[in-house]
Amino acid sequence: MRNLVPVLAVSAALIAIWYAAVIPMNQQWAQDQARRAGQDLSFIALVTDTMSQQRPRLPAPHQVAAELWNSTVVEELTGRRGIVNTGSLSNRSLVYHGWVTLSATLLGFAIGSVLGISLAIGIVHNRAMDASIMPWAIASQTIPILAIAPMIIVVLNAVGITGLVPKAIISTYLSFFPVVVGMVKGLRAPDHMQLDLMKTYYASGPQVLLKLRLPSSMPYLFTSLKVAIAAALVGAIVAELPTGAVAGLGARLLSGSYYGQTVQIWSALFAAAILAASMVALISILQRVTLKRMGMAA
Amino acid sequence: MRVLQNTGGVQWAGMMLALLVAVGLGGTGSLPFVAVIAVLAAGLIFLVPLARMIWLMIALIAACLGVAALSLLPFAQSTLPFWAMIVAVWLGAWFLVALVAESPRLSGLAGRGQSLLAPLAFGATLLWLWEAVVRALNVPRVILPAPSLIWDRLIRSTDILWVDFVQTFVKGALSGFAIGVGAAFIFALLVDRSDFLRRGLLPVGNFLAALPIIGTAPIMVMWFGFDWPSKAAVVVAMVFFPMLVNTVQGLAATDAMQRDLMRTYNASWGQALLKLRLPAATPFIFNGLKISSTLALIGAIVAEFFGSPTRGMGFRISTEVGRLQLDMVWAEIAVAALAGSLFYGILALAERGVTFWHPSQRKR
Repeated sequence: MRNLVPVLAVSAALIAIWYAAVIPMNQQWAQDQARRAGQDLSFIALVTDTMSQQRPRLPAPHQVAAELWNSTVVEELTGRRGIVNTGSLSNRSLVYHGWVTLSATLLGFAIGSVLGISLAIGIVHNRAMDASIMPWAIASQTIPILAIAPMIIVVLNAVGITGLVPKAIISTYLSFFPVVVGMVKGLRAPDHMQLDLMKTYYASGPQVLLKLRLPSSMPYLFTSLKVAIAAALVGAIVAELPTGAVAGLGARLLSGSYYGQTVQIWSALFAAAILAASMVALISILQRVTLKRMGMAA
Repeated sequence: MRVLQNTGGVQWAGMMLALLVAVGLGGTGSLPFVAVIAVLAAGLIFLVPLARMIWLMIALIAACLGVAALSLLPFAQSTLPFWAMIVAVWLGAWFLVALVAESPRLSGLAGRGQSLLAPLAFGATLLWLWEAVVRALNVPRVILPAPSLIWDRLIRSTDILWVDFVQTFVKGALSGFAIGVGAAFIFALLVDRSDFLRRGLLPVGNFLAALPIIGTAPIMVMWFGFDWPSKAAVVVAMVFFPMLVNTVQGLAATDAMQRDLMRTYNASWGQALLKLRLPAATPFIFNGLKISSTLALIGAIVAEFFGSPTRGMGFRISTEVGRLQLDMVWAEIAVAALAGSLFYGILALAERGVTFWHPSQRKR
C-alpha cells in the first residue's frame, strides 16, 4: 500500500498526457471542418471538438471508456441482440468477443503449462534431455513464433480443424517456454544440503520430486505462469487476425482497422488489457494463498 | 559401463529393444544399414573403454547420416523397416547425446564444441525426421513442405528474402529497437532521480509490460502510414516498458554500503552513476535488451499483418500463405529465426564481455 499514492499519481499523469495529446492529434480534422464551414475556430471549440469526434485519430479516454461501457453492459442489457433480449451473448458486444479470445487463451495456457511442467521435470531428471532440448528451448525464444501463427491457422483450416483449437495451439506454443525455463530453474532451486538430506533419508527419485523439488519450485512456477498467461493472450489475439475477422478481440482490432473505427480498436485493446490484467491478478492471488499455506510467504 | 549406469536402465533397455527390432526388421527387409548401426552401437556399448568412445561415436554418426541419405531414395519408403530405421536413428542420436552429456568436459575449444554437439545432434535429428516423415507419408506440400524444399526455395529466392529482411528487420525492427531502448534508458535515468516517480512507475511499467501491446499495431499503421515507420513505432511501444522496468531496477541494485562509499568519496551524481550504478545495472540492462530483441522482431512482423508496402517479412508470410506457397513462408520463417537468433547471440556475447564479473557468467 506504500506505493499506492505514487502509482495513482503516475496513472493520473499518463491519463493527463493522453488528454493533452488528443488535441494536436485530432486538430487537423476539426480545423478542416471549420474552414469548410467558413468559421473561425476558438480554442475552447477546438478542444471540445477534438474530444468528441466520431472517428478521431486518437480517441479521448472518456470516449474509450464510454465505448467499453456501451459495448459490454449496455449492449447486453438493452441491445436487440443482447443477452437479456435473446438469451445469448450479442455478437456486437465485447463480452462475446472477449470470451471467444479468453476461451482459446485458457485452453492454450492449460495445455502449455502442463506440457511445460512435464518437460521441465524430464529436463531436470535426465542429463541427455537437458543437454539436447534446453538450448533449443532457449533458442526458440529468439524466434518470432508469432510469425508462424497465420500459417498454422490456415494449414489447420485446410486439414479441417477450425475454431478454438488452432488458436489454442498458438497460445500453447507461446505459454509453453516461459513455464519450461521457469520450472527448470525452480526444480533446481533446492541446494545441495537439502538434496543430501533427502539422500540420507534414502528417498527415491519421485519422492525427492514430490517432497522437495516441487514444493520449492512453487514461487518460480507462479512467476512463470504470470508471464505465460500474458503470452497466451497475445497468441490468441494474433491467431485471430488471419481468420478474416470473425470473432474475438483480434478480429475486433482487424475490423476496426479496416473501417477506420479507432474507438473500436482502442476499446478492444483495453478489453484485452483488462483481461490480461485480471488473469495476472488472479494468478497473483493464487500465488499468495498457496505460498502462505505452504509457509513460504514473503 | 559407467555411461550405462548413468543414462538409466529403462532408457538403455528400450534402446536395445528398439535396436533388436530394427536389426530384425532391417535384416529381413531391404535395409542392411540398420544392422551396421546396431553392430556399431553394440560395439560401442560393450567393448570400448570410455576414453576411446569418441571414435566409435563418430562412426555411429557417420552411419546414421548414411542411413539418412539412403533412406531418401525411393525404395526405402513407407514400409515397416522404414519406421524401424527412423526409431533406430532417433535412438542412436539420443544415445549419442546421452554419451556427450555424460562424458567428462574437455577443456578449451574442444569443450566448447562438446557443449554444442548435443543440441546440434538433436536439431539435425529433428530436421531429418521431418524430411523422412514428410517424404514417407507423402504429406502435401501445401500442408508441410520438406526441409529440402524449403532450402531449395531459400537458395532460389535470396533476392526477395533480402529485400524483405531489409524492410522488416533493418528498417522496422532495428530502428524501433534503437529508439525504444534509447528512450527507455534516458527515461530510466530521469526516473531514477526521484524515489516517488520510481515507486509509482515500476508497478505501472510492470503492468503495461504484461499487456498485449502488439494490439497497438493497427493504430500505429493508421498514424504513421504503411511503410516502416509504423512498424518501428510498434516496436518502440513494445520494447519501451520491459527496458524501462529492467533499467530502473538495475539502477536500484547497488546496496547502501556501496552508495555510502561513493558519498564518502564526495562523488557527484554523474560520477556515482558512471563508476558504480551503471556497471551494477548492466546485468539488468542486458536482460532488458535481450527481452526487447525478441519482442522487436515479433512486433515488426506482426505489424505488417495490418498493412504494409508490397515487401517485408510479415507481408510475404501473409500473402504467401494465401497463395499456399508454404515453402516460401517457411523460408521467411527460417530467415526470421536466423536473424532473431543472431541478434540475441550478439547481445549475449556483448553481455559476456561487459558483465564478466557477474556470477551467472562464471564457467560451470
